[in-house]
Amino acid sequence: MNIATPILTPIKLTAAETALVDAFTRQVGELPGDGMVLVARDNALDGIKTEGLPTRRVESWHYTDLRALLRAIPADTNAPFIEQRPGLVSNAFVLPVLNGKPDVKTSIDGVTIGSFRDRLMSDDHAHIEPRGSDDAIGRINTSFVRDGLVIDIADGTTLERPLELQLSQSAGQSHMRFAVSFGAQTKGTVIERHSSLSDDASLVSSVSDVVVGDGADILWIIFQAQGPVDTHLAQMNFKLGANAKLTLYVINTGGKLVRQEVHGVTVGEGSDFQMRGINLLGGDTHTDVTFTLGHDVPNTTSTEIIRNVIFDRARGVFQGQIRVAPDAQKTDARMACNTLLMSDDADFSAKPELEIFADDVQCGHGATVIDINATHLYYLMARGIPENKARGLLINAFVAEIVEELDDEQLVEALEDVISAWLDKHA
Amino acid sequence: MLEIRNLHAKIADTDTEIIRGLNLTVKAGEVAAIMGPNGSGKSTLSYILSGREDYEVTEGDILYNGESILEMDASERAASGIFLAFQYPVEIPGVATMQFLKVAMNEQRKYRGEDELTTPEFMRRVKEAAADLRIAPEMLRRPLNVGFSGGEKKRAEILQMGLLEPKLCVLDETDSGLDIDALKIVSDGVNALRSPDRAFLVITHYQRLLEHIVPDTVHVLYKGQVIKTGDKTLAMELEANGYADIIGAAA
Repeated sequence: MNIATPILTPIKLTAAETALVDAFTRQVGELPGDGMVLVARDNALDGIKTEGLPTRRVESWHYTDLRALLRAIPADTNAPFIEQRPGLVSNAFVLPVLNGKPDVKTSIDGVTIGSFRDRLMSDDHAHIEPRGSDDAIGRINTSFVRDGLVIDIADGTTLERPLELQLSQSAGQSHMRFAVSFGAQTKGTVIERHSSLSDDASLVSSVSDVVVGDGADILWIIFQAQGPVDTHLAQMNFKLGANAKLTLYVINTGGKLVRQEVHGVTVGEGSDFQMRGINLLGGDTHTDVTFTLGHDVPNTTSTEIIRNVIFDRARGVFQGQIRVAPDAQKTDARMACNTLLMSDDADFSAKPELEIFADDVQCGHGATVIDINATHLYYLMARGIPENKARGLLINAFVAEIVEELDDEQLVEALEDVISAWLDKHA
Repeated sequence: MLEIRNLHAKIADTDTEIIRGLNLTVKAGEVAAIMGPNGSGKSTLSYILSGREDYEVTEGDILYNGESILEMDASERAASGIFLAFQYPVEIPGVATMQFLKVAMNEQRKYRGEDELTTPEFMRRVKEAAADLRIAPEMLRRPLNVGFSGGEKKRAEILQMGLLEPKLCVLDETDSGLDIDALKIVSDGVNALRSPDRAFLVITHYQRLLEHIVPDTVHVLYKGQVIKTGDKTLAMELEANGYADIIGAAA
């Protein structure tokens, strides 16, 4: 198949790779899509079959050796039935996708919702190709994607309530894709909420392709709370139109093996991208947030602030790459990654990368491992709060500070509850 | 209530001695003013009383109700009734003011073996105390001291003092950065807390504050020692003549 790239020595597949190939063989007859889709699936799986999953020798996977870390794949049997839950915020408009199956019955003014399965089956060529040969998440998702949502928000629409994509899992595998298009001058909030509702292992691959139209102002929150035995592979690809603003929160509080990729590109001048990351990591887990942003046009801005709190033997990774194209003058890009290590065995790797080909730009990055601020600790203790409790408040504050930037008080409260509950359990 | 005996203290991990043989006694119900020029050790004394770890006591003792507090950490001292109103209250982003107040009040109650406050009771107390100090509810919704003006921070300190009901209140330059109206509000707040079983140690540069919070005793601190003690007329004398005469007489 892959004639252009000669494979010198055929690799010996790992148990997980073999399981993926076998699952594909079993499922291929029932996977949705026409011939074009099937070719894309075949190519993606062939990549896994011939090259294997990426190891640390592949640069973009250097800190997450997927081949070594992904030991097994849960069976692709029917997962136990689960029900829709209340939204993260009470006023959310919930679009449930339970065990990979969306419920498309709902309708909102100015918003068209369809299933991704229908798009795969239709004559419109569904975009499902991986980003490149190192895109393992894309390869897995392209091979197996069955469903998801296609959401179009018409020009000028303001979403009065947050739209919650409730992506719940009980067991087995779900491979989902979301194509979301925000028209010009749209406003609104989307909550992409991944959670596990059972103790059984699951494998989720989830890819979102998001287009933010000219002048749109969108808040997108990825809140991942999978279980301690789950593998979660997610990717968000976005394009930012002229004077558009996208604020993205990535909050990881669960999962055994997690990789969340965010790949963006500014396609219109005057656009602004804001990313805030919170990683609350504990147990014996591995969580990787990998981010790339291309400032492709002049006069665009971006800021990324990542806060990590790591307990036990957990490992965390943040890779952040900012590229500034040769004519993308007046780019202003800032990236910061701050980590609180709460145990001697906790580990965090931060890799900032700036590739700047324009001369009139402002770019900065910083990565720090920090300790609790002694003056803050003293002030709290001077009010009678015992040291351990005061530390707890300050750890909480370290991440809550990020959440407090949000304007929506309900959302702030909900996320602060998530953070406190997690810290109560782990600290 | 408070007895400081021949106290010597230095900045931790250095040889810089700041307090050099300080003696001071404050009785229950007393308002004692500590005055002194810059660098005399006034703020250091307040930090040492509160248990800040940046300072090390090398000699002497601090007795509070007859018991040494040197082995107690800052939270234990606070819970046993010692309160420091900071000269520079600390901004803590991410810690909500109301949450902080509730945790502090309840942790102190826990330490003393009392029941925690119910949420309605807590809310009632905060609302009342805040109204007395003209603290707007919006201020209490912000993170602790974040974005507060100088005057708001000082009022927030007095609010905490009122809610925590300490027995020994140490006010470190509470008048600094206050305009005359704010000074009045803060002083009224302090005066409202005066009682026969509560003592105040009021640290200040200027006599101005002492016109509002009238002291029973005035102590002049210089080079880490109390060099003169008197009544409120001593403060007026200092205001008129400065510290030079007293320092000269002591030297």
